[in-house]
Amino acid sequence: MEWEVVIGLEIHAQLATKSKIFSGSSTEYGADANTQANIYDLGLPGVLPVFNEEALRMAVKFGLAIDAEIGMKSVFDRKNYFYPDSPKGYQITQLHEPIVGMGHIDIDLGEGKSRRINVTRAHLEEDAGKSVHEGFDGQSGIDLNRCGTPLIEIVSEPELRSSKEASAYFRKMQSIVTYLGICDGDLSQGSMRCDCNVSLRPKGQEEFGTRTEIKNVNSFKNVERAIEVEIERQMDILEDGGSIKQETRLFDADKNETRSMRSKEVENDYRYFPDPDLLPVIIDEEYVEAVRSTLPELPEQKKARFEAEHGLSAYNASVLAANREMADYFEVAAEIAGDYKMAANWVMGDLSAALNKNEISISEIPVSAEQLGAILKNVKGSDISNDGAKEVFSAIWQGKGAGLENPVDQLIDQLGLKQVSDTSAIEEVVAQVLADNPKLVEGYLNTPEDKRAKAIGPFIGATRKAAKGVNPQVVMEVLKQKLSELG
Amino acid sequence: MHNKTLAQISQDLQAGEYSSVEVTKHFLDRIKNLDGQYNSFITVTDELALTQAKAADELRAAGNANEWTGVPMAHKDIFCTDGVRTSCASKMLDKFIAPYDSTVADNFNKVGAVSLGKTNMDEFAMGSSSESSFYGAVKNPWSEEHVPGGSSGGSAAAVAARLAPGITATDTGGSIRQPASFCGVTGIKPTYGRVSRFGMISYASSLDQGGPIARTAEDAAMMLNVMAGFDKKDSTSIERDVPDYRADLNKSVKGMTIGLPKEYFSSDLDPVMAQTIQDAIKEYEKMGATLKEISLPNTNLCVPAYYVIAPSECSANLSRMDGVRFGHRCEDPKDIEDLFKRSRSEGFGDEVQRRIMLGSYALSAGFYDAYYKKAQQVRRLIKNDFVAAFNDVDVIMSPVAPSPAFKFGEKSKDPVSMYLEDIYTLSTNLAGLPGMSIPAGMINDLPVGLQLIGNYFDESRLLNCAHQFQNATDWHTKTPTGLK
Repeated sequence: MEWEVVIGLEIHAQLATKSKIFSGSSTEYGADANTQANIYDLGLPGVLPVFNEEALRMAVKFGLAIDAEIGMKSVFDRKNYFYPDSPKGYQITQLHEPIVGMGHIDIDLGEGKSRRINVTRAHLEEDAGKSVHEGFDGQSGIDLNRCGTPLIEIVSEPELRSSKEASAYFRKMQSIVTYLGICDGDLSQGSMRCDCNVSLRPKGQEEFGTRTEIKNVNSFKNVERAIEVEIERQMDILEDGGSIKQETRLFDADKNETRSMRSKEVENDYRYFPDPDLLPVIIDEEYVEAVRSTLPELPEQKKARFEAEHGLSAYNASVLAANREMADYFEVAAEIAGDYKMAANWVMGDLSAALNKNEISISEIPVSAEQLGAILKNVKGSDISNDGAKEVFSAIWQGKGAGLENPVDQLIDQLGLKQVSDTSAIEEVVAQVLADNPKLVEGYLNTPEDKRAKAIGPFIGATRKAAKGVNPQVVMEVLKQKLSELG
Repeated sequence: MHNKTLAQISQDLQAGEYSSVEVTKHFLDRIKNLDGQYNSFITVTDELALTQAKAADELRAAGNANEWTGVPMAHKDIFCTDGVRTSCASKMLDKFIAPYDSTVADNFNKVGAVSLGKTNMDEFAMGSSSESSFYGAVKNPWSEEHVPGGSSGGSAAAVAARLAPGITATDTGGSIRQPASFCGVTGIKPTYGRVSRFGMISYASSLDQGGPIARTAEDAAMMLNVMAGFDKKDSTSIERDVPDYRADLNKSVKGMTIGLPKEYFSSDLDPVMAQTIQDAIKEYEKMGATLKEISLPNTNLCVPAYYVIAPSECSANLSRMDGVRFGHRCEDPKDIEDLFKRSRSEGFGDEVQRRIMLGSYALSAGFYDAYYKKAQQVRRLIKNDFVAAFNDVDVIMSPVAPSPAFKFGEKSKDPVSMYLEDIYTLSTNLAGLPGMSIPAGMINDLPVGLQLIGNYFDESRLLNCAHQFQNATDWHTKTPTGLK
């Protein structure tokens, strides 16, 4: 039977507020355990939550960015469950009246293709703390630093149809939240996490199959892998005439399999009810418009502009626009270079390769956009070759430009990369080369016309050897001219 | 000295009649000598009180005193007090030393009051008799066989026994007014949002409200001046100017319209109680107020609505008592589940567990709409009843409770009869209105309170009515028989 895959994602994104959603503690990552947990975060008797309006502003910003309905009245609910890293015994979240309603995004499917996916809702909630199971002699430690970090949980419609689409959706969400500056988008630190709802149905059937939920997948790659193995697992069961159990599963990246979590957690009755310690959050049009006025150019808009204004291909435009810092870097470099296509090729080629090789992100790159722009400007003006550009780029990367007032120009000089393009100077060198190599000249002149192009190679090599940094194109032209004069 | 009101002590201190250390020592001695009999205090902070008193005397000597400097008082043990055990009368928090001050405690510290200690109560404020305390039941100073009411029974009993001139309290369904009535003292529950709940251990967040218990309306006004105010640490607190609650005390009540809800004076009301309350209300007629029968048609829904909403909220509010970070933890838990279950089973008393279970049930999937949601709808109806009534009247008067103080054990074995104790007081909590109890008569040698219910933020009017009544009568000056 042919099966259709149905996937919906729930993405948790930590909002980049300075303090927590209901307390004044810092949200900074990596501090010593429990040093960022105050009396509220500890859930001491008598403490009360106070909503951090910065989280509201960020959530509304997100809603506007995905063209969603904004909840003019949103309500915080308590989700009741006991867990040691949930100090109050309930999590404050939004069940029936979320801050962000139905919206949509366009996901990039490669080669410039895209597809629109609807987003059901996004709501505000508080993150839990962490249980630490190692180093406590058979007991568990609790670190409440993360507890109370604001989250938006972004719920997609079940409209994704493959693991590739799912990861493209996740990537696009990361792109949007980082563009908005509301989340650092760092998956490795858990700033964004993803739950994948996966089900299969016979092709053509409207009714959904039973779904499973794969919890807390933490990378784009793993979203694809987890969904793929889950699809396989479900398909095997269904093909054998079995049925899928609705449950929560975990992805084991080492074994490349999903595993059932204890079913008890699935059957929790969370006894949601409106949190009586918090008032409903009421906003008006004026507020929404004020937030709207702070929206930056978003990836879709930037992509379109790169195509229209800079003549980039749809593919290049979408790759560059996907990451705001990368896009900004590209635009600065390209403008200085005076050549957008060259800059795009460089950023997507040599620069991205170097980032990957060194496993760093664009924000940590040792070569500034201004420096790359200056390098490429030299290429554009034929002052250095593309190979010369690579040499300068790598020299700056290695820190050789440190302390130099004008590293790009000074390194071009120091490394002797300046090309001689002055025709009369080159003519002199070429004349000398021809005079010094009579046998080569003879050989060339005896070569049939149609094979001479190849035979010119040794002269070029000899000329460049005799005079370093000559522009090979000018050399070629001068050689052709001189040789043709000879016969 | 102990027979003086808070206002008199304040004046004496300002006039240099005695020092704060002297008056503080006097009350501490009384507590030490007499409270074995009443059990109204859980914790007495002798050292801290004397330190505060000494500092107050120094302030006064330096000419920096105000009317509160050095005035002794105490807190219900539901208000967190920095460095002092805050137990909520529960085994769960028997060893909990609060690391911070509630806003109410902080306010009293700021004006230089002296805190004598923390008063006894029903465990987590759940009860109407103060019998459910982990530290043992509180005795009514008027009769050792009778309960002082609850949940603020310790505060009311201690004021009645002259162990402190004024004590903070809280009221979720009548917990200030009913013990005030049973002990013959004056108590006011302000409008919801008037007094910060920050640091006041939550029972039912949408109903809880702090207020004072004292001997006179003037003293209550003086305390409310300190307690009331907007607090950004409590999102449900209301940003609105606080009047001087003593400013209107001497206004005449002439021309005022008093509403008498016919549902509160129905044939169900004990005739003796009805007569006592009517006699008290006649005093107002004598002073020139007019009476008007009103109707609060949804009165019969108050008890069921309350006993869905309050347990629901408490079932979540008390979840933080899980034995993990503070409070009682069971011995040798075999896993986390066992730790949660046994810590809570051992740490909470029966009534608390009963309400947690009630609330958990009401909030369960499939029951939420029928119980919690329905109760919230009922709550709106009850509120609307009052809003309509206050179009016609200035203040509403009624009994506080169906009877004077009952005997120990009389209702503690039958939860429903205990819940019905609050039948006249719950509605103001559900509607968020201010309510007050003032001594207004005696039945069988036990005091009986008159309830005054005001419109939103109309505490000044309630205190004014109470003060005028106290000018005309002497019920509030009566001392428990045999009191030393």
